[in-house]
Amino acid sequence: MTENLNVYAVRTLTQKEYFSPGHRACQGCAEALALRLVCKALGRNIVIASATGCMEVVSTPIPFTAWRVPWFHVAFENAAAVASGIESGLKVLMRKGRISSKKIVTLALAGDGGTADIGLQALSGALERGHNFTYICTDNEAYMNTGIQRSSSTPFGAATTTSPAGKVQMGQVTWKKNMPAIAAAHNIPYVATACPSYPIDLIQKVKKAASIEGPGYIQILSVCPTGWRSAPELSIKLGRLAVETGIFPLYEVENGKYHLSLDFPRLKPIKEYIKLQGRFRHLTDTMIEEIEKRVHKEYEELKEKAKKGV
Amino acid sequence: MGKRIGMEVSLAAAEAVKQAKVDVISAYPITPQTHIVEHLSEIVANGEMDAEFFCVESEHSALSVCLGSEATGARSFTCTSSQGLALMSEITYIASALRLPIVMIIANRALSGPISIWNDHSDVMSIRDCGWIQYFAENGQDVYDHVFIAYRLAENRSVLLPVIINLDGFTLSHVIEPIEFIEQEKIDQFLPPYQPVHRLHPDRPVSMGGIALPSIFTETKKAHEVAIRSSMSKILDTWKAFGEMTGRYYHPIETYKTEDAETLIVIMGSYAETASVAVDLMREEGRSVGLAKIRLWRPFPFEDFKKATLHAKQLVVIDRAISMGGPGGPVASEVKAALYGEPMHPAVYNYAAGLGGRDVSPADFIKMVDKAEIEIEEGNREGFEIYGVRE
Repeated sequence: MTENLNVYAVRTLTQKEYFSPGHRACQGCAEALALRLVCKALGRNIVIASATGCMEVVSTPIPFTAWRVPWFHVAFENAAAVASGIESGLKVLMRKGRISSKKIVTLALAGDGGTADIGLQALSGALERGHNFTYICTDNEAYMNTGIQRSSSTPFGAATTTSPAGKVQMGQVTWKKNMPAIAAAHNIPYVATACPSYPIDLIQKVKKAASIEGPGYIQILSVCPTGWRSAPELSIKLGRLAVETGIFPLYEVENGKYHLSLDFPRLKPIKEYIKLQGRFRHLTDTMIEEIEKRVHKEYEELKEKAKKGV
Repeated sequence: MGKRIGMEVSLAAAEAVKQAKVDVISAYPITPQTHIVEHLSEIVANGEMDAEFFCVESEHSALSVCLGSEATGARSFTCTSSQGLALMSEITYIASALRLPIVMIIANRALSGPISIWNDHSDVMSIRDCGWIQYFAENGQDVYDHVFIAYRLAENRSVLLPVIINLDGFTLSHVIEPIEFIEQEKIDQFLPPYQPVHRLHPDRPVSMGGIALPSIFTETKKAHEVAIRSSMSKILDTWKAFGEMTGRYYHPIETYKTEDAETLIVIMGSYAETASVAVDLMREEGRSVGLAKIRLWRPFPFEDFKKATLHAKQLVVIDRAISMGGPGGPVASEVKAALYGEPMHPAVYNYAAGLGGRDVSPADFIKMVDKAEIEIEEGNREGFEIYGVRE
């Protein structure tokens, strides 16, 4: 059962760390924080299929591991396929009585590149086949592990090493791919967005996704101080601002029905979010206005969907 | 003795997968592998087999699913051909490095381009060094038998490596052959359920697939290389145990009329049967010709190969793939490497033949031997040519 947000308190969270300290993530990495919370939400009865990426690299330099739960890494683009295999393997072995029967959550972890770009096909296949697993995309909006290259999840205007701010081109020229909508288009029972700056909301969503039979997809905005050129101590604040400005709204899509987790009658100006990040340093006021217009339009569309309950 | 039934080889392969009690099957359709997965689908749909069966969205995912399921301790199977193998090639290297005993059948087909759906060995040669144990089947019985042999070997705790069974697309996969089936009780004895050393399960958490820094990468490669080299004794043991059960004994190198032969044809796969017909025809003419068939491609049986061929004056090595701009064909490369250290060794004349499904008849084999013998006589002891090019 999913706990009620109102009575939920941080202190009820387990003290246990399944993604343990000592890993090599950067200071202020909100992605590592997100995974720590995901693991706390799910407890020890899980098996993780991880894609290649920062979280894989920082957590398992052979012979060390930061994982106190079963963890498996194969390649970059196939976390969803590997998770499909884990889920099927556990299912058939339990059916045949070769391992003890209990609820084990299969969890796939990948970054935005491993999800929205190179892993999209494997993810689509796994969602369509309806495996009982939870897929978590920790979205830090670029290929951070390889040195901050643009992905299809990089927001418009952001400078990366392959979408630099030059004399004729001002950073990323395309808009962020709407990956949650693509996941929802597979008619899966549960899709959500989350951010570790809202830990209780994140935990609640992860628990819900894991408790629902069938595939669940959660996209977690993960502030990356290294790639976003922001101060490590601002990661929580930046996550909050992303939500409060409408840039990364928190919502759920349950059986196709949209629901806003947090609604703001008045969104904060996006400038408050943008000015704290070096990746947007080159943006002119006109460009910021253009971005804000689109953010507001998309936020209204989302609200409409939530209002109509579609 | 088991029942002898006429059956298409692909169907017999699927029946073997059923009898091997595979837990998870994951595949993507590609000609000429399709009949195997189609028949497996029927078997599962009819409730004849308790397995999780997935038709996934690509070969890359087909093998990735198998890695996931095998890591939980579930016996897993996939099969593919050509482009499909090329697409999953990235994962083949990881499967063996993770020491996951998956079994894969490859219905061998030419790699594009130009696109061709027909048989040669260029697909599997593209992943020659992927660290799997690799067999080449000569006929349908081989294919059926090797499914059990492969799982028993792969899952042996002192082996723990994935295994590829190569069977020639169409020329073997689609022909009907008499297959001697083995009783289920015997198979269950020969192949008990898989018991992994480690599995992905919360009761005993393990991390698999970490990153290797330069300080440890070399050691992981050494461990893998030692594992595949030292699997040779287990390969022989497994064949011996299988032979004791069925009376069918297999060997890394199999010979036909080689004892006194001056010229030996060397080949892998189903064309060996055609070559044996050519040997018979040449023997009738009083020519001193024999045949050495390579059944085990990885680990390469260097010692057995030398034992079988060193006495000959010349080897006519028939490759089914080309190493472009390299030494010729991949089999001849290995053959030459095997013989290099020997002070007296046979000349090696190399052909690439039967590319992209081009038929090679007994008459073609005879022509190849004829020409090779003349070339070697004239001093061309290391020739390479593509046979049968229409000019």
